[in-house]
Amino acid sequence: MPDVLLVSFRGITRHYGEGGGLVRALAGVDVTIRRGEFIAIMGPSGSGKSTAMNIIGCLDRPSAGQFQFSGVDVTSLSQDQRALLRRNYLGFVFQGFNLLNRTTAIENVELPLIYRGSPKRERHAKAMDALRLVGLSGREHHTPGELSGGQQQRVAIARAIVIDPLLLLADEPTGNLDTARSHEIMDLITRLNVEQGLTIVMVTHEPDMAAYAHRTIRFVDGVIVSDVTRKAA
Amino acid sequence: MLWEAIKLATSSIRRNVLRSVLTLLGIVIGVAAVIAMVTIGSGASQKVQENLAKLGSNMLIARPGQSTFGPGGASDSRAFDERDVAALKSNLTGVRGVAPTAQKAVKAVFGALNYDTSITGTTSDYFAVQDWSLSDGRIFSDGEERSGTSVCVIGSTIVTELFGAADPLGERLRLGNLSCEVIGTLSSKGQTAFGTDQDSIILMPLRTYHRRIAGNTRISSLSISVLEQSDIARVQRDAEDVLRERRRIVPGEDDDFSIRDMTQIANTLASTTTLMTGLLGAVAAVSLLVGGIGIMNIMLVSVTERTREIGIRLAIGALGRQVLTQFLVESIVLALFGGVLGILVGLGLAGLASLLMGIPFSADPKVVALAFAVSALIGVVFGYFPARRAARLDPIEALRRE
Repeated sequence: MPDVLLVSFRGITRHYGEGGGLVRALAGVDVTIRRGEFIAIMGPSGSGKSTAMNIIGCLDRPSAGQFQFSGVDVTSLSQDQRALLRRNYLGFVFQGFNLLNRTTAIENVELPLIYRGSPKRERHAKAMDALRLVGLSGREHHTPGELSGGQQQRVAIARAIVIDPLLLLADEPTGNLDTARSHEIMDLITRLNVEQGLTIVMVTHEPDMAAYAHRTIRFVDGVIVSDVTRKAA
Repeated sequence: MLWEAIKLATSSIRRNVLRSVLTLLGIVIGVAAVIAMVTIGSGASQKVQENLAKLGSNMLIARPGQSTFGPGGASDSRAFDERDVAALKSNLTGVRGVAPTAQKAVKAVFGALNYDTSITGTTSDYFAVQDWSLSDGRIFSDGEERSGTSVCVIGSTIVTELFGAADPLGERLRLGNLSCEVIGTLSSKGQTAFGTDQDSIILMPLRTYHRRIAGNTRISSLSISVLEQSDIARVQRDAEDVLRERRRIVPGEDDDFSIRDMTQIANTLASTTTLMTGLLGAVAAVSLLVGGIGIMNIMLVSVTERTREIGIRLAIGALGRQVLTQFLVESIVLALFGGVLGILVGLGLAGLASLLMGIPFSADPKVVALAFAVSALIGVVFGYFPARRAARLDPIEALRRE
């Protein structure tokens, strides 16, 4: 499985604005990601790491270059087609959790399945499984306001994995958490990678958190300056 | 998906009850106005129709002089007489009857009680022509009409005012100098559309009236009841010819009498009602428009407030049209909520009005259904723009918003 190509970037650039105010967020990036990898993307703010993440997540489109996801050329896809890719193959975890307020944990986790049109019973069962996997059994009916930060991020992870994604994208998943909680979340993400074989791409600026990954890609000024793979543990 | 959207919509309305209700006020007022107006309007026209039926259907009224419709007439013109009546009866075809009337105000006295009313001299045709039915007793016989016997038939108001619960039949009423026997009582007709009491009435044979009350042989009006409505115009022309001949009016000279068609008066009333309905309808339409703009406004606020939520939904795989559906359903639910409130308020107002004005309460299910449908339509029309704006948000931008 590790040899199956999941993401491939060829000469990806992303510009914002035009003329004198032109910002080059990505200036020619080539990178490939294989199934089962656990990658940390690092770099100072403005280095292009979030832009790269948004493109991998099919939220944004490159200005030029070719991006293939699981063999599909995403560059030419419409907004709805990209939404279908996200709905079926991509899980997102954000720094700010991004749960729906006034909505219980299980309802949050069921949301992607609702958009898929899964039947209620199946939805419920999958959401319960996902919540059990992240260690939140018994808290299904708590709203985000009734949960701690660490627990909210676990709900967000459950929401990301409930669709059985090919790729989990985590944007600073521990940025809003204290150290102890951060390590708990990283342990959970690592377990998903090891036990479920889930491919993970994580943006972080904390070396402690990047240390959990097998491969670290470093961005500076819109280009990759280093791409280091440790031996798998 | 639709059910989820409806649940979501109701919960977001409940979260902001006051704001929702204030937003909906325009729709509530608009729908309530339409419902109340139509319900009251149809009740009122029902009432008018009933009154016109009581007045006698397919009726022509001839009066001396070219006065406008109403009591009085032109007293300087020659009155009709009994030979005019006989001539009309023998020359007209397709008529139910020709009833002459002459009236005078009198004080009716029975025992210690008295009541101011009017007395009408007429013939037995009057009952059929004016559509009166007896509640008790009998009408005048031909013999009584010919000999001018002192008998009378009285309306229900006279019965209650002078006799109370007692049986008036066979009693003698004193009318001025005349004492006359009550031989019949009339069923109640209630008030006219103009508010006069039709049951304050005393009928006696025309000859009795002429000899004993009036002291002359004048007939102040003639009521002609036509059998078929389509025949009214012809009968009117025929009656004019007969009367012109009787009154020796040479060709080219104007009539010195007038014949009016009661259905013309009914049509005038109906067109007035239509005009009023149209005016109120315009007011309601403006109110609904304002209500729709209110909904558009609140939905735009809602989209702005929930930009981040929309971003989350888009990021985890909601399609643009799913977000569009969600916000559209929300505005439809909002508008329907206003519509239902408006229907309830409108029916309530109509019920109150029918109590106060004494008109029948006739709620039309078709109108209620239409109001419901129009509310939904307002939700779609005015919710579409905000919903489309939500659906077209860029997920990255939306997620960045606090």
